[in-house]
Amino acid sequence: MRAFRVLSHAVLAVTALLAAAVPASAKGEDGAPTEAGTTFRTATAVKQGQKATASASAGDYLYWQFPAGAGQRPTATATVNLADVSARHGAATWRLDVFDGLRRRQPCASGEPEKKAGQQDSSVTLTCTLRTVRPWAERWSDDPLPGAYYLRLTVADGPEEDLGLPVRAEVEATAGDAGGAHAGGGELGAPLHAGAVAEPKDGWTGGWWSDRWLWTGGGALLAALAGIGGYTLTRHPHRFRSRPGAG
Amino acid sequence: MIITKRLAAGVCALLAALAGSALPASAAEGPPKDSPKVELVLDVSGSMRARDIDGQSRISVAQQAFDEVIDALPQGVRLGIRTLGSEYPGEDKTVGCKDTKQLYPVGQVDRTEAKTAVATLRPTGWTPIGLALRSADQDLGTDGGTRRVVLITDGEDDCAPPDPCDVARELAANGTHLTIDTLGLAHDDKTRAQLECIAGATGGTYTSVRHKEELSGRLKQLVRRSKAPDDTPRPAQGGNDCPSAPEIGTGIFTDREKFGEHRWYKVKVKPGQELRAAASVTADRQVDRDYGVLVRAVGDNGQELVRGSDAGSGRTDVMSSGLRYPVGKAKKGGDDQARTVCLEVSSSFSAPPSVKRDPGLPVELAVDLVKGPDNPSDLAAFGLGRGWILLLVLGGTGLIAGLLWGWLARWRVAVWREN
Repeated sequence: MRAFRVLSHAVLAVTALLAAAVPASAKGEDGAPTEAGTTFRTATAVKQGQKATASASAGDYLYWQFPAGAGQRPTATATVNLADVSARHGAATWRLDVFDGLRRRQPCASGEPEKKAGQQDSSVTLTCTLRTVRPWAERWSDDPLPGAYYLRLTVADGPEEDLGLPVRAEVEATAGDAGGAHAGGGELGAPLHAGAVAEPKDGWTGGWWSDRWLWTGGGALLAALAGIGGYTLTRHPHRFRSRPGAG
Repeated sequence: MIITKRLAAGVCALLAALAGSALPASAAEGPPKDSPKVELVLDVSGSMRARDIDGQSRISVAQQAFDEVIDALPQGVRLGIRTLGSEYPGEDKTVGCKDTKQLYPVGQVDRTEAKTAVATLRPTGWTPIGLALRSADQDLGTDGGTRRVVLITDGEDDCAPPDPCDVARELAANGTHLTIDTLGLAHDDKTRAQLECIAGATGGTYTSVRHKEELSGRLKQLVRRSKAPDDTPRPAQGGNDCPSAPEIGTGIFTDREKFGEHRWYKVKVKPGQELRAAASVTADRQVDRDYGVLVRAVGDNGQELVRGSDAGSGRTDVMSSGLRYPVGKAKKGGDDQARTVCLEVSSSFSAPPSVKRDPGLPVELAVDLVKGPDNPSDLAAFGLGRGWILLLVLGGTGLIAGLLWGWLARWRVAVWREN
C-alpha cells in the first residue's frame, strides 16, 4: 500500500514537472482566450458564451472559432475599442465575417456585420446572427451545419494612415435554441472541422427532444378521441337525441 | 506480495530518477528541435537616434523593449537577434548596404548575455532591410518548428534593389513557412507602405508604434504567438488538368497559383466516405478591387459533382470556399472501388500591371475524409410533425374513421336483426 502511495507521489511529481514545462497559454482569469489567431489554421477556439479578448493592430485579420450544434441559432458579437481619437485620421469601416468549418462564407440572417466607426467614436460593435444550424443538408447547399464556425474581424475600409494603430477586440459567440419548428432529421458523419472546439452542451446533433413530440403525441390523442366520439355519435344516435326527454 | 512490493518500488525509483533528471537535462540541452524560432531584426541605422517616442530615442526604447522581451521569453521558444546598419558609419552605399550582423544566434537564450549584446548597440549606418531579411531566414534554419521574423525599423529600405517586399515574398514562397511581422517606429507613408507590404507578403502583421509600452507589448505578443499551435501544411504541386493532377491524401497542403491559373488535385474517396475540402487563396500582394475564388469537385468523366465559391471586394487577406461530397455506400455485389475525385482551385484575383506575377498567390487546401451517412429518412426530426394543421388533419381523420366505423356497426346490427 505504501509502495502505491509512493508510486502515486512519483507520478504526481512527474505530472507536475510536465505541467510546469508547458507554458502558461494565453488565457485570462476565467479561462477565456486573450489572443486571437491570424489565419484559419491558427484561429483561437472559444466556447459559446465566453468573452474572448485580443489586442491587435488595426489592419490585422483576427480569427476565432466557436462550436455550434444542430437546432442552434448562433450570434456572434464583436466590439472593437479603437485607438486614440488624436491618432486617427478619419472614419473606418469594420467588418465581422463568419465562415463555417469548410471555410464557406455564412451569411448573416440579421445583425450588423459591417459598420462605419466615425472619427470621434471610441468603439464599434458588430453583430451577426446566422441561420439555424441544420443537422444535415444536401451536398450542394451551403446551409449551416454542426461544427466549428470561424469569425474574422478586420478593418474593411479606412484611411491608410490608420493601419497599424493599436486596437482591442472582444468577441463573444452565443447560441439560442431555434425551437421545434427547426428540429430537423438526418445526421452528418462528423461535425465540420470540429477538432479544436468543444462540443456544445446539447451535442452536435441537438439531442432527441423537441416539441414535435408533444404536437405529434397530442395529435394522436386527438385523433383517438375524435374516433371514439364519431363512433359513439353514429352507433347510439338516440342517446344524443333522447337525452333532453330523458332528463 | 513481496515481489509486487519490490516491483512497485522499482518502478517508483525509476520514475523518481526520471523526474529528477528531466529538468536539468532539458535545461542543459535547450528546447527540442521542433520548438518555435523567432528572430528579432532591429534597425540600428543613424535615424534611430531621433528622440520622438515618449521623449526617448528610438533606439533606447527598442533596447528597453528587447530587455523586456528577453525577460518574458516563454519557455521553449528559441530566440535570435540580428541588426542592420549597426557597423558601418560611412557614406559608401555598397559597403553600407551589406551591413547586417547576427547579434545573438537563434537558440536557447542566456538572458544576461543577450541583454548585454543589445545594450552595446549605437545607431550608425544604412538600412539594408532586404539583405537583413534574407540573412534572418538563413539564421532560422530549417530544422523544424515555426519560423518567425520580427522586423523593427524606423525607415524604408535605402538599399533597394532588392526590394524588401519582393525578398519577403520570395522567402515565403520557399516553402519554409516564414512569417514576418513588422513594427514601424516612423509614420511616413512610404515606410508604412513598405512594412505593410512585407507583412502582407508573408502572412504577418504590421504595427505602427507610437508609445514605449506599445512596442514591448506587441513584441511580447508576437514572440508568444510563435507558440500558437499550427499544423504545418505540406507542399503540393497541383496539375494543370484533372488527368495530370497529383494524388493527395488528407491533410493541409500549400501550393502557389499565378493569376488566372487553375490547380488540380486528385483524391481517392471510398464508398461510404465523405470528401471535405476547403481552399484558401491568399492575396499576398496588391490586387484589384474585385475578386473571387472557386473550388470544384469533378468526377472521372469531367462531370462537375459539387462546387463552392465566394466573391468579394475591398481589403482582404484570403478568399476561401469549401465543399463536401459524400459517396454513397456500395450496393450489395456492386462496385465498391474507391472513386477518384478531382479538386480544382481557381481564383479571379487580378492585379495592376506593376505588380509582380511570380511567385504565384499562396493556395492552401485542407482535405479531409470522414465516414459519411448521407441518408436522412426524413428532413423533420424523427419524422415527427408539428402545428395546428397536423392536429386538424389527425383529429379530422380520427372523426371520419370513428363515424365510418359506427355506421358500419349500425348497418351490421340492422342486417343481423332482419335475419
